[in-house]
Amino acid sequence: MPVDQSLIGRTFPPTRPHTVTEEEVREFAAATGTPYDGGAVPATFPIVLAFDAMNAFLEAERVDLFRIVHGEQRFSYERPVRSGDVLTATLTVSSLRQIGGADIIGTTSTVVDEAGELVCTTTATLVHRGAEQ
Amino acid sequence: MSAATELETRAYPVTRADLVRYARASGDHNPIHQDEEVARSVGLPGVIAHGMYTMALAARAVQSWFPGAEVLSIGCKFTNPVVVPAEGGVEVVVAGAATEEADGLTTVRMTVTCGGVKVLGMPKAVVRAAGGTGAAGA
Repeated sequence: MPVDQSLIGRTFPPTRPHTVTEEEVREFAAATGTPYDGGAVPATFPIVLAFDAMNAFLEAERVDLFRIVHGEQRFSYERPVRSGDVLTATLTVSSLRQIGGADIIGTTSTVVDEAGELVCTTTATLVHRGAEQ
Repeated sequence: MSAATELETRAYPVTRADLVRYARASGDHNPIHQDEEVARSVGLPGVIAHGMYTMALAARAVQSWFPGAEVLSIGCKFTNPVVVPAEGGVEVVVAGAATEEADGLTTVRMTVTCGGVKVLGMPKAVVRAAGGTGAAGA
């Protein structure tokens, strides 16, 4: 079933504040083989926030995660993320089109800190493969 | 604009165990990265690595080339899946070239392959090198 066209431009509620712990950053760094000295986190770590926002969006729209394949991801940082940051992500659906039975969903998530200051903007393209006929 | 400097190519092995660990660390428990049957049911050739895992390996290469550098942006398309067999594993190879830009920034353009096939589309990072010592070129 195609995703609802009226989603374009819709902004979903912010994720619950996520306190970045040194332990989870160490685990993320270790899982990707990236050295971590306690300073700036590995560059793709904010996907943890963006993924939370995406999951909430998929649940709200009743889209199955296993039908999603990642098409594109970009991060643009205002400042590095560090452990102790309290971050929330807010997802907006920026585009939606159908190609060959798949929905191509463009999203933009903004990640802000406790003070509401922008930390990172991340865009993602999600490819939703509908069920077989 | 200065000419691009080739960077030393990095090669990282990827196994199913790595995907399990990455799923836990990132919170991405999409079963297409764990379960052969689910992956095939949505038309994939088998269990595939998280695109974000491959991108994290690209970021790891950037960090190895520019230790301590601040990453200002990083991004790519996921153009081909990294299919990871149940036994053994595969190798993700990250080649890169650095171009110095204005304001002390460096653009790193990469070629990321698995089994000779490009898996990321135009992977690119912009970094501000620490201490301005420049790249550890090959």
